[in-house]
Amino acid sequence: MNAKKIFAKAYLWLVLIVLYAPIAFIVIFSFTEAKSLGNWTGFSTQLYQNLFSGSMQNSSGLLAAVKNTLLIALAASIVATILGTVAAIGIHHLHGRKKQTMTFLNNIPMINPDIITGVSLFLLFVFLGISQGYLTVILAHITFCTPYVVLNVMPKLRQLNPNIYEAALDLGATPAQALRKVLVPALRPGMISGFILSFTMSLDDFAVTFFTRGTIGLDTLSTYIYADARKGGLTPELKPLMSIIFLIILIVLLVINIRQSKQQTDKP
Amino acid sequence: MNKRSSWALPYFIFLVLFVVLPLMMILLYALQDGSGHFTLYNITKFFTDKDALSTFALSIEVAIENTLLCILIGYPAAYILADNKLNRSAVTVVLFILPMWINALMRTLATAELFTMAGVPLGKGTLLFGMCYDYLPFMIYPIYNQLKKMDKSYAEAAQDLGATPGQVFRKVTLPLSMPGVWSGVMMVFMPTVSTFAISEFLTNNKIKLFGTIIQENINNSMWNYGAALSLIMLVIIGLTTLLQGGEQAEETSGGLI
Amino acid sequence: MAADKDIIIRLEHISKSFGDKKVLDDISLYVKRGEFITFLGPSGCGKTTTLRLIAGFGKPDEGRVIMEGKDISDVPPYQRKLNTVFQRYALFPHLDVYDNVAFGLKLQKVPEEQIEKRVKKVLKLVSMSDYEDRDVESLSGGQQQRVAIARALINQPRVLLLDEPLAALDLKMRKDMQIELKEMHKKLGITFIYVTHDQEEALTLSDTIVVMNEGKIQQIGTPTDIYNEPVNAFVADFIGDSNILKGRMMRDRRVAFIKHEFDCVDEGFGEDVPVDVVVRPEDIYFTTDPTKCQFKAKVNSCTFKGVHYEMWVDTDTGYELMIQDYDPYEVGSEVMLYIDPDDIQVMKKERRANTYAAKVTGEGKVRFLDTEFACDTTGFEEGDEAVATIRFEKVDLLDHEEEADLTGNVVFILYMGNHYHLTVKTETGENIWVDTNDIWDKGDFVGIKILPKDIQLSKPAAGNE
Repeated sequence: MNAKKIFAKAYLWLVLIVLYAPIAFIVIFSFTEAKSLGNWTGFSTQLYQNLFSGSMQNSSGLLAAVKNTLLIALAASIVATILGTVAAIGIHHLHGRKKQTMTFLNNIPMINPDIITGVSLFLLFVFLGISQGYLTVILAHITFCTPYVVLNVMPKLRQLNPNIYEAALDLGATPAQALRKVLVPALRPGMISGFILSFTMSLDDFAVTFFTRGTIGLDTLSTYIYADARKGGLTPELKPLMSIIFLIILIVLLVINIRQSKQQTDKP
Repeated sequence: MNKRSSWALPYFIFLVLFVVLPLMMILLYALQDGSGHFTLYNITKFFTDKDALSTFALSIEVAIENTLLCILIGYPAAYILADNKLNRSAVTVVLFILPMWINALMRTLATAELFTMAGVPLGKGTLLFGMCYDYLPFMIYPIYNQLKKMDKSYAEAAQDLGATPGQVFRKVTLPLSMPGVWSGVMMVFMPTVSTFAISEFLTNNKIKLFGTIIQENINNSMWNYGAALSLIMLVIIGLTTLLQGGEQAEETSGGLI
Repeated sequence: MAADKDIIIRLEHISKSFGDKKVLDDISLYVKRGEFITFLGPSGCGKTTTLRLIAGFGKPDEGRVIMEGKDISDVPPYQRKLNTVFQRYALFPHLDVYDNVAFGLKLQKVPEEQIEKRVKKVLKLVSMSDYEDRDVESLSGGQQQRVAIARALINQPRVLLLDEPLAALDLKMRKDMQIELKEMHKKLGITFIYVTHDQEEALTLSDTIVVMNEGKIQQIGTPTDIYNEPVNAFVADFIGDSNILKGRMMRDRRVAFIKHEFDCVDEGFGEDVPVDVVVRPEDIYFTTDPTKCQFKAKVNSCTFKGVHYEMWVDTDTGYELMIQDYDPYEVGSEVMLYIDPDDIQVMKKERRANTYAAKVTGEGKVRFLDTEFACDTTGFEEGDEAVATIRFEKVDLLDHEEEADLTGNVVFILYMGNHYHLTVKTETGENIWVDTNDIWDKGDFVGIKILPKDIQLSKPAAGNE
């Protein structure tokens, strides 16, 4: 191994250590009972027990926030995946100006910072007199998730043999059958990564939810943490919760990526 | 054939309703007073409001510094990750992208606590560090993608024509990776200007960024002024997008997983 | 014309446009039951569009597609009794070989054991029996091709459509597959409609060839007909190597070209009429007998081509001809040549000059080809309709736009022995034919200039409106 390689590896690991320090910090301090972060009072799984038994202060608030976060993410990413896939197929078959317009419009939510998406939707809902709650948050999440589904499905469409849909018709499939049996399976990898991306972005969102949740006291994990932190004391059980979420995401991503790189190397 | 192009229609309507129309709303509210009359007051208010102006200047400054910092740290990392000789593991790449999927607020809170524990006073230094920490993956990923898909024969052709490794990098690799850098800039610069919660946590509310004043105005029902501030931000987004040509965004940020 | 019961597919006056571009212009043809028919032409000639209309992917703007006596123009593809082998195969990437082939039968809800039997049978037919469980993306091009054929055949179509099925294969594989396709056609006894741009492939495989160009049928005939008796310069040039030359029919069975007179077998052109003449390079013979010699030439190049030698000779009258012979002649040597009357193919000239409907727009000004030209308008009033005639050699091509009257792209090049005959398509889609000594490439963007003195105006022929 030459010096260049050692230096490169060292650099990567240094950056990784810095990147993961705060996450490791949360994980480590999830195994102690202390109320505040950074205060080690001996190893304990008490916080995990509290989390799972629900025996903590304001437990209903945190559990509701977790439930809301998951429900919103699920609803938004399912709708975004369907809407985005149908849209991608449409855009793929557009030409010239129309295609450019759609691509441009599709880029706007990705370029817009969260706060602009949030404020603009907030103003729309206010203007139209729509009372804000679950539905507006889900709509807002669909808005920023769908472009990523489109983006993940488009390359699959480009790779697709342009005749594949016609081949199905030629063999006797009706348009609906051709869609179900050929097009959707061929696009599935793109749809799945679009879905996962949507789901995680929805989970992580703070700003858009913050502006579109209205005043009915709807909290997601992010807004709950924000409110909690503003009050001063962070609910200690957030630490084990975050550790668990981190672990799940780590596993899911690693599995997906390892599977993908395996598939790529398998191909001749 | 034409039938399938009409599948874009539902999404087109959706985009008009929930993307274009809301942006119009920002314009509409920015140019109105509280009772719905047309006015430029909100815009002029910003340009005469010393606090808002200095916050704006500070936000831009922090965003520029943060973006440069991300490039400085992120580019070498992306370069090493994309080089087959230096890194062969796909897992390492995943590890670099992974933090993007962890709740940013939670990570930021942890960073702030980490500083407090280490006895570092919260202020501009911790703000910059924390921001860079938050946005670094967004810089690394598009650059990595761009470098990865680059045809190796360009570099080989340059070597063949007598370029030293340093010259190959300066004259071939770097220029060809610029679209990735631009995508990274887009994904780091604007979000930095507009963050609100993160800057509050990282500086213990000592430093406000532009996003925070927008949020405060909206939350205090000063919708028109809030909209005007958003409009100013939109103008900057438009300018930066024009600057980079707008097209690469699709290529490099696609398929994050 | 064949009897109706022998005809499986008939196209009647089919026209089709995409946007402004007319891709098919009044196509009429019939396909006999059980024959191997090939649509041949350069890319963009409309051959694939024709095939797609037969398959049902798109409807003709005008005209009808008739299959077994029934108008199927409005029948969707999944209800037509024909199947297609697509360009680059279009195998379903998420299904293995077995499921790809079984796709059509599964849609028809054929019982599983019967599907299995038929899949096995058809895979055996294409020699892919051991590949049932393979992932289609792991197969080679030739193997994918076989699976695609099997998939199309399993529905037992009456007509198999093949859209450039061998284009993606390498030369050796292509030759092998050609033989197999031909055998398959014999064994199955169904109709094959084949699309290709490869003239050699068309000549090898087909019972009937339909040569197409720019959305029009140029010639329909057997491979030998088309090779030996091309009806126009395009067909002569597209099929095989040929010397295409300007000629003049002196009288019946006597034609002049390369400034010599020859006996030929063609009649009925009239006397002293300009024609085009095609002589295949293998039909020009060397001789040492001065009494047989019709003209002399000097060999200027000689290349070995595997079976024969290809030689270019300069005739004593200043023309360049291509000759193929089994024996080489030294470069620089003087040779004596003759051509058999049988081997001279005389074709009617499609046009002798460029003619356009024009409108006089003012004193010394005339408009045609969407462009205003200066020319002598003596005898015409402003607003008069006229016909503008420009000789081929009077059109100047420039490699830049400045000074040009209009611009266009070179779409077709014909070497006529001592000059090039070019077809240039203008921006508005009209053709200008040009004779030139300059070398241009197909696709070149050119400026077109016509001098006022070279535009001849005449009154439109009465009743020609």
